[in-house]
Amino acid sequence: MYYRIEVKYKDDLFDSLGKGVKRDIEEDLRIKNVENVRTIEVYKIESDITPQEANILGKELFSDPIIQKFSVNQPLAADFSWIVEVGFKSGVTDNVAETAKEGIADIIRRKFRGSLSTAKQYVFKGNISKNEIELISTRLLANPIIETHEILNKRKIDKKGIIRKKVRTVPLVEEVELDVGDEELMRISDFRLLSLNLEEMKRIRKYYKTRVNERKRYRLGIKPTDVELEMIAQTWSEHCKHKIFNAIVEYKEGNRKSRINSLFDTYVKRATEKISKKKDWLVSIFKDNAGIVSFDNNFNIAFKVETHNHPSAIEPYGGAITGIVGVNRDIMGAGIGANLIFNTDIFCFAPPDIDYKDVPEKILHPKRIFKGVRRGVEHGGNKIGIPTINGTIIFHKGYIGNPLVFCGTGGIMPKKISRTDTSKKEVKPGDLIVMVGGRIGKDGIHGATFSSRKLDEATPVQAVQIGAPIVQKKMMDVLFEARDRGYYRAITDNGAGGLSSSVGEMAILSNGCMVNLEKAPVKYPGLVPWELWISEAQERMTVAVKPKFINDFLKLCRNKDVEATVLGKFTDSGKIHVKYKDKTVLYLDLEFVHKGLPTMVLKADWKNPDYEEPNFKESNNLTKELLKVLSSYNVCSKEWIVRQYDHEVQGATVLKPLVGIDNDGPGDAGVLKPIPSSNMGLAVSNGINPNFGLIDPYWMAASCIDEAVRNIVAVGGNFEKISLLDNFCWGNPIHSKNNPDGDFKMAQLVRAAKGCYDIAVIYGTPYISGKDSFHNEYDIEGKTVSIPPTLLISAFGIINNIENIVSMDAKKQGDLVYIVGETLNEMGGSQYYNLKGFIGNKVPKVNPASAKKIYKALNQITEKKLAASIHDCSDGGMAVALAETAFAGGLGMEISIKNVPADTKRNDFILFSESNSRFIVTVHPENKDSFEKLLNGCVFSHIGYVTEDKIFVVRGINGNIIISETIKTFKKAWQKTLKW
Amino acid sequence: MAKDIKMVNKKPKAIVLLSAGTNCDYETEYALNLSGAEAERVHINDFITKKKKLKDYHILTIPGGFSFGDDIAAGKVLANKIKFKLRDQIESFVKDKKPIIGICNGFQVLVKLGFLPDITRNQKQEATFAINNTGRFEDRWVYLKTNTKCIFTNGIKGIIYLPIAHGEGRFISKNQKIRETLHRKNLIIFRYCDKNGNINDESNPNGSENNIAGICSLDGTILGMMPHPERHIIKFQHPRWTREKLSFEGDGYLIFKNAVRYVENGL
Repeated sequence: MYYRIEVKYKDDLFDSLGKGVKRDIEEDLRIKNVENVRTIEVYKIESDITPQEANILGKELFSDPIIQKFSVNQPLAADFSWIVEVGFKSGVTDNVAETAKEGIADIIRRKFRGSLSTAKQYVFKGNISKNEIELISTRLLANPIIETHEILNKRKIDKKGIIRKKVRTVPLVEEVELDVGDEELMRISDFRLLSLNLEEMKRIRKYYKTRVNERKRYRLGIKPTDVELEMIAQTWSEHCKHKIFNAIVEYKEGNRKSRINSLFDTYVKRATEKISKKKDWLVSIFKDNAGIVSFDNNFNIAFKVETHNHPSAIEPYGGAITGIVGVNRDIMGAGIGANLIFNTDIFCFAPPDIDYKDVPEKILHPKRIFKGVRRGVEHGGNKIGIPTINGTIIFHKGYIGNPLVFCGTGGIMPKKISRTDTSKKEVKPGDLIVMVGGRIGKDGIHGATFSSRKLDEATPVQAVQIGAPIVQKKMMDVLFEARDRGYYRAITDNGAGGLSSSVGEMAILSNGCMVNLEKAPVKYPGLVPWELWISEAQERMTVAVKPKFINDFLKLCRNKDVEATVLGKFTDSGKIHVKYKDKTVLYLDLEFVHKGLPTMVLKADWKNPDYEEPNFKESNNLTKELLKVLSSYNVCSKEWIVRQYDHEVQGATVLKPLVGIDNDGPGDAGVLKPIPSSNMGLAVSNGINPNFGLIDPYWMAASCIDEAVRNIVAVGGNFEKISLLDNFCWGNPIHSKNNPDGDFKMAQLVRAAKGCYDIAVIYGTPYISGKDSFHNEYDIEGKTVSIPPTLLISAFGIINNIENIVSMDAKKQGDLVYIVGETLNEMGGSQYYNLKGFIGNKVPKVNPASAKKIYKALNQITEKKLAASIHDCSDGGMAVALAETAFAGGLGMEISIKNVPADTKRNDFILFSESNSRFIVTVHPENKDSFEKLLNGCVFSHIGYVTEDKIFVVRGINGNIIISETIKTFKKAWQKTLKW
Repeated sequence: MAKDIKMVNKKPKAIVLLSAGTNCDYETEYALNLSGAEAERVHINDFITKKKKLKDYHILTIPGGFSFGDDIAAGKVLANKIKFKLRDQIESFVKDKKPIIGICNGFQVLVKLGFLPDITRNQKQEATFAINNTGRFEDRWVYLKTNTKCIFTNGIKGIIYLPIAHGEGRFISKNQKIRETLHRKNLIIFRYCDKNGNINDESNPNGSENNIAGICSLDGTILGMMPHPERHIIKFQHPRWTREKLSFEGDGYLIFKNAVRYVENGL
């Protein structure tokens, strides 16, 4: 029978959700005549439950007796102008429905049989036109990529809400003819969304010609099956094989020409190799899902940052949630699995106040992307129970069609469990291939190849998924138990490429595998073998279970309501062998799949960009200028979003993202105390600055590394024990007719990679993991627009003793204020120029040798507890750092910039220059001498005092007051921008 | 002390109850162990299948998290699981006056289960939680005016400071009668206040009626609270330890310690 259960808040109660929708309509859509919005939850159930049971379920499960009302097969909406009902498209994950099925079973005391889906009704009252309600529906309520919406102006009750999925009648396995001309080869690649180039297609064709006899044995022809072709395309995708980063580059800079054999090997890997000679704490680098380094004698740390840009552009909530739960799995799949202890998220959006008319068609408004991404990360991070301890948001109009969503996760693992080294994966022939967690659906098909092309109309709908954090949480809990009991030898997540990638990679360790694909559990029927093999459906891990423990393993999973299925076993045949119902559908050499990919040769041509060098006079109201910079999107407080992420679940966050007297100052790095019995800490930070990249990516890279490192040092992190992760997000750097500036983008990439090498080697900060994402571009009216070249450097460092942590807030009146580091006329790419509409050319550089001296000195200073506060100078420069230090501490300051070591005489340049390697430090007067002595040989200067009067005063070069205002005013300006 | 259970090394045995989506289990276990209990994280399925028995333990904690994703409503599905599948076991636990504490999601479960406040003593739901009046999840530290009426708050003086992290924390009583009885019987254990102890709207983070942050049962052995005591066990968890002089033990510690002492002193 079909039941439609509706639930709503009692009429006299406040409906927060409805109220939020009303506010968004007013603020974002500027539609003012909505009087009231209320919401109704809808559960559509088709099952053998009786009408009496349906009533009990309405009462006991679906509604709250105190505040809600429910109905069965009776519409609840009353007195309205419009109803919009939003439901999921079929095949899209409906988490609430899955939970409801379990909740029903508990009450009716038998397994739920039938189908169930949920929907939400928004009930509007007010003088709203048909056009307006359509606008509200499409811009705020439903995303057509995953949701359906229906607009009604009268009550209606559907008789049958669940659309049965039609089972497709395509052939099970297709063979693809590759013995065709070049043009046809490319047509096949395009048509099947393989994202393979001609060279690669030809290589595949050639491979098959050498395997004729072998294939006959398995009744396979000379033509590849679609299963094989899809697997090769996934494995050879830019996403999985980093073809651009591993290409041969012919680089040109003026008259100088050079040939670089793989940017990754030359700049990233080589930097780490060089540094690793002096560092004994690198454990597993560049060979696993995440980098692993030593924390102390007993524990290792794993860290990885991923991007989830394209999915977030078209479905921000789903894109972000799968981004976060996806990177969680990378950490669960590092070595034999690390326990997740922190998240860090960095987003790049277009400014949220951009007018709708300036947003190109088919592109979501940046505010909607922002809110969706925020909610996705909230659900992903909070529900799994991982504290988000650090992050940032960058706003730049260049991200309008292609936001960047970086999700990072760190984990901790005992170095040894029994006698097993947990950082190493091992697979023996005979080990069983077991898939654990969620089921396979059509969601997430072609994710890897999708990220390897630009966003356009052909973007596949299946590429978007909604995560199910609780399914993943259950799976994780079980897997950690299995890990500790030694049930499995290796574990890998099912991310990009799905099973083809997880099983394919683990098979390298034993040298082969045999899979029976029909065993794979599915969400619904109708999936053909190639879909089963490459679907990226979420919340799944693949483990290599020791044969003697297979029953224990399966039982453990069953007891915790986690699905686990044996799909086959690992072999040493040298082949990946996949069968579907006893028929071979894939038979490929491991060697060919993983090493057969041809190397690309790319051209790079660097020319220094030439931006307008601004020529304006210093304003005579620098107070106003500072207020403007403080309230700008890139500098302002992110408290609104930080508070919506649980940043202290697990109880280990000992330096929170918000610090100071009112718990609202901007902390420099988040710090964890991951082991209860130890006082060692782990500091996490990020460095990112696309404005600098527009001028010169070399110095952007240098600045990002410096920013990440100085944030760690600022809180007391040991400079000698900092690890870095690089994350490059670029437009397409492959030159072609349609991409005329490809060689310039490639040159930008070369410059950035060089910067990464040069600075890291001097700092001694190795790269332990990284990621690159190209094709961050979108079409607007037939023109391809790339994002600004963006490098994110994430860092974590060891804090020897958390008692020495320093927070950024001023502590006490009378303390001395110092600037450490040199301020230079490097206004290019600064927030100050940005607000005046300029970029400029003088990008901040890094002097790594002198910076290193400062960092080492600060380490000694924090170890001796000589600093009361330390705050790094970054976006907005010294003026922002000073003001933040003051208002976070609830104290005033008197500063004179006459003594600031600088190469410019302009007050505004000294205040707002974003020169690197600088800190604002406050020091108790009694520590003055020891503090200064330790900084001997570094550039620094005493520039003022912390005062009690809560007024922030700055005197200029000539001694006259150039800034004077209460800290309250500054703080308010800084807080109001993103207080939504 | 219930005579049939042995304490491990003379330590009370405490359950940290797990279900799909529990996520404050390790820190709760840590807080209990530090307070002198022998804590064990046990999955609810192990009690349902009788692999383990509730009666073999002294203290039950239902920790924070998102049981079943908070789908449908926070704590609802777990509450039903206990109600429909664990009823007898848990009722005897209550009858034995063994301490039960529900934190955050655990508090939501206890209320939806009808265990708190249970003024009418028939385990019918008498209150609930709605979405915060801000409409969003928030992690922030709050001051709590504390009442020592329940066994968990013995010796806690005045105001304590703990973090909250929830999206559905707006406490609502079923009706005026319940609201009044909560007050009259002194069952309100924690109320959101400012740092000087003033109870006002500004210090109410979610719109709870009467600034309610935690309540106890009539006999004071069951406590439910939205703030997280397990997140303030040591001073380094305090958001301002880098600027204030604080004693080593955090404000949440005593809550667990009290439960342990209560058991040690004989149930």
